[in-house]
Amino acid sequence: MSNITTFTKGLLKENPVFVLLLGMCPTLGVTTTAFNGLGMGLATTFVLVMSNLVISLIKGGIPDKVRIPSFVVVIASFVTVVELAMQAYLPSLFESLGLFIPLIVVNCLVLGRAEAFASKNKALSSVVDGLGMGIGFSLALTILGAARELLGSGLMFGLKIFDNSFGMLVFVLAPGAFFVLGYLILIVNRINK
Amino acid sequence: MAKKESSFKNMVIALFVISAVASTTLGFVYEFTKEPIAQARLSKKLNAIKMVVPPFDNDPNADMYTLPVDGGEALEAYPAKMGEELVGVAIRTYTMNGFSGLVRLMVGLSPSGDITGISVLEHKETPGLGTHMSDEWFIAQFISKNPGKNNIAVKKDGGEVDAITAATISSRAFTDAVQRAYNAYKNSADAESGATVIKQDTTQLSKGGNYE
Repeated sequence: MSNITTFTKGLLKENPVFVLLLGMCPTLGVTTTAFNGLGMGLATTFVLVMSNLVISLIKGGIPDKVRIPSFVVVIASFVTVVELAMQAYLPSLFESLGLFIPLIVVNCLVLGRAEAFASKNKALSSVVDGLGMGIGFSLALTILGAARELLGSGLMFGLKIFDNSFGMLVFVLAPGAFFVLGYLILIVNRINK
Repeated sequence: MAKKESSFKNMVIALFVISAVASTTLGFVYEFTKEPIAQARLSKKLNAIKMVVPPFDNDPNADMYTLPVDGGEALEAYPAKMGEELVGVAIRTYTMNGFSGLVRLMVGLSPSGDITGISVLEHKETPGLGTHMSDEWFIAQFISKNPGKNNIAVKKDGGEVDAITAATISSRAFTDAVQRAYNAYKNSADAESGATVIKQDTTQLSKGGNYE
């Protein structure tokens, strides 16, 4: 597989949210606004790219039986780096994402790519895979967040689009996440056919 | 590179090396971000203080003192002074009665106990419902009221405050936190002048659920 297809498959054909249905917990949890979705997506992208890179470099030195604990330590380290950096330089974003940042460690998307791709491929294509998957994840979360923000409170990235009275509260709450995700999966499946 | 065999020695070495490298790296990152994180927290706190008390020229953070509360975490009080005169006190208060537990507020009181401003520091209320507690109209209801003279409970409970639609519990929690700040401030002021305590409230801050 060439690097270009490795990259583009994460965007649509194997989109982690809409097609693989990985990482549903942050997907449904943080996407109350487009900005939250984008922030979460970019944080996950960083972790994905870095852990894919490191894991593909050290895979030869790790005995098979301890590969999962080793991967988790690598992933957890990068998540902690993101958490500390975000607390230091983007405190308001950190506040709204809160508990979901440390939870990137258990996002099955990250461990899934480490196990399924990075542990079998070279460094460069692992980075490209992480980048593609990460951008696909960010795109999905941003679209989901934007749709919920628009329908729920009439805003888009915090800017007023519709009047306040337009908002349908259900889209900001948990059930709205499922509604919007369902329709988006429908659309993406339609495109992929 | 060929795969290492899963012998006991190899597994121990691999895990040891990975953990050692990871913890060293994290140690460096922690040292590097320690200062900016403390800075970000401090500026957030100072901004909240500025929002709730009249203009001041001292450093409230350096003059911080604590107000004891019955059966709970002591509240931090930040006195704001202009020259030598005390113009107000910002009190970092909390309640556990929010719809999802902890709500933290910064409440500004004038020396006589009138509310000069309130800023929401931290909460986990439902987006679109309880989050309206940061709205201007809701907070404006409290400004220049004195919890000693005015009843700052929600109207449902016989008070003077319009609750947020569909978020009575969050509104109640909000008034509870404000009342707590006032009580703690009044108690310590009265302790100095020898008067008696006005009103006690019973909520306690449990250890859990506080991510700070």
